[in-house]
Amino acid sequence: MSLPDAGGHYDIFGGKYVPEALHAALDQLDRAYTAALADPAFGAELGRLLRDYAGRPSPITELPKLSRHAGNARLLAKREDLNHTGSHKINNVLGQALLTRRMGKNRVIAETGAGQHGVAAATAAALLGLECRVYMGRVDTDRQALNVARMQLLGAEVIAVESGSMTLKDAMNEAMREWVATVDHTHYLIGSVAGPHPFPKVVKGFQRVISDEARAQLLERDGRLPDAVAACVGGGSNAMGMFAAFVDDPDVRLCGFEAAGEGVETGRHAASITGGSVGVLHGMRTYVLQDADGQTLDSHSISAGLDYPGVGPEHAYLAATGRATYEPVTDAEAMEAFRLLTREEGIMPAIESAHAVAGALRLGRRLAEEQPDLRPTICICLSGRGDKDTDTALKYFGLDGTPDAVVGGGF
Amino acid sequence: MTDAGRSGQAFLRARSEGRGALVGYLTLGYPDVPTSYRAMAAICGDADAPGVDLVEIGLPYSDPILDGPVIQRSGTQALQRGVRTRDVFGAVEAVAATGTPAVCMTYWNLVDRYGVDAFARDLANAGGCGLITPDLTPDEAGAWLAASDAYGLDRIFLVAPSSTDDRIVSTTRACRGWVYATAVMGVTGTRAQTSDLAPELVRRVRALAPDTLVGVGLGISTGAQAREVTSYADAAIVGSALIKELIAAEDAGRPGDLSGLRRVVADLADGVRGGR
Repeated sequence: MSLPDAGGHYDIFGGKYVPEALHAALDQLDRAYTAALADPAFGAELGRLLRDYAGRPSPITELPKLSRHAGNARLLAKREDLNHTGSHKINNVLGQALLTRRMGKNRVIAETGAGQHGVAAATAAALLGLECRVYMGRVDTDRQALNVARMQLLGAEVIAVESGSMTLKDAMNEAMREWVATVDHTHYLIGSVAGPHPFPKVVKGFQRVISDEARAQLLERDGRLPDAVAACVGGGSNAMGMFAAFVDDPDVRLCGFEAAGEGVETGRHAASITGGSVGVLHGMRTYVLQDADGQTLDSHSISAGLDYPGVGPEHAYLAATGRATYEPVTDAEAMEAFRLLTREEGIMPAIESAHAVAGALRLGRRLAEEQPDLRPTICICLSGRGDKDTDTALKYFGLDGTPDAVVGGGF
Repeated sequence: MTDAGRSGQAFLRARSEGRGALVGYLTLGYPDVPTSYRAMAAICGDADAPGVDLVEIGLPYSDPILDGPVIQRSGTQALQRGVRTRDVFGAVEAVAATGTPAVCMTYWNLVDRYGVDAFARDLANAGGCGLITPDLTPDEAGAWLAASDAYGLDRIFLVAPSSTDDRIVSTTRACRGWVYATAVMGVTGTRAQTSDLAPELVRRVRALAPDTLVGVGLGISTGAQAREVTSYADAAIVGSALIKELIAAEDAGRPGDLSGLRRVVADLADGVRGGR
């Protein structure tokens, strides 16, 4: 059985819970995507952009010094942080921007949390000559002012959203509201494997290049598949991209790591699979952080990109079937992994990606206890780089930019 | 042919009086739960002043993607003040006591979470006629079709100017009561001019589903607009314009003052009766 079904269902998850006004556009997108996949010219153009513009294929890097902290495991990183614009988000926006043009539309809107997807969308819009508007929660425009400026420099219009909790989920609400009114000439360029069908399918389709490459690279390097792949999960696009090519390899563990914030038990977290329940949010049935009545709860994470109270429906399905496992990683664990990767390997990850690093370290240590003879290979999806998180890291580690010493001054 | 159900009877009664029907939406729990019950009863009018023919009880949701700023604000405040899903049944009873029928309108997750069958049972027991589902189309409505059949409730789905002919046919077939035609491509909220998309949408519905009753909503705020809309549709649906009055009363420090609300309803009720 091939998933999703025609209605976008992954068993009980997924679907299309949106106002009737949007159905025509969703059907149009589904048709355009299917036609594009069958069109060699589309594949060639996207392939050229991914290679010459985004810098693909991204390399795989051995992490020998970090591995010393991971039991008997050998850790490697799939380096999505080296892509143009600094994260895996570019893979999806280039694909959807080309689809936008195919559908005869000249404008895109996008939601963003940390700003990574917004910057990527603004970049693709600049490249392909599309108008671009980005919705961003007021809380996030305040804490990510640098990314607001980046989007504006790229020619995008940034709208601060002051409704609800003023974060990513509210930015998505506002983008949906606008889309209902502008759907005839505007494409909603969703940034994750979330939302109504066909978005989860389309975004996975554009992100699976991560694992298509990684699988081939690892086979060439090692002559065998890895024992596990690890990725962080907010909405879940880098994780779905990292899992896709390995789903049919039963010996490869698929390990997703959700943002546990201050700890799932505190209620201040963003771990929808671990700490949520099945509901409907943003057009999809999935695991949602919600109260007894079904009102969405505010999520919490040190990482703005994981600060979302839902998760893509295919992840919900993979969790329910047990094909993939999802574990929570706290702010503190992620920041320790951030520090460790930076110091041991000279790679400063996005705090989102640091959740995957922390999860891989934990998995390596646990496997060393459970199966001491095993020398497992774990490939981490390093979904983005940490430049954008410097402010957060400064505050977290108590740095203030003061030099360690002064020389050559007065007498 | 779509069964007129219990809520559609209100439209047919208005038609027998040679006019279109008026549907009024208010947010449950705004400005607080007891006042919202009083407001819903107030818009039903009385012997001296006609009111709405059908009350639409809006159950607030944290992420209302089809609602504009006015309904958002009232819903957010109602939630902050502690409104619960179960409060909707008290509102239904308060409206039913006036003799005016009531339907509920809400986003699907709240019904899903309450339990579709349990929600239908409790809504029917309270005297409610049915449910309007802005983010649930017949595509995903299996459980709701079964529960609404089991408890004899109306199910009012939406059609939009962007709906294909096929979808208008399948959606109206799935409806019981009437179909909600969204007059504009956009969210709820008052607009200075009525939509030129609405007459065309209603014309398409009439052609494709001749016996289906049609209510038109989104953007209607005055008696003149309600009159214009009911010249081609069976009902005019008004929400934000009513809630604005409650917000104005609260902002003026008189949250229990329903006089502004009554005035707007009188204008609208006059409008569908051919006045203004």
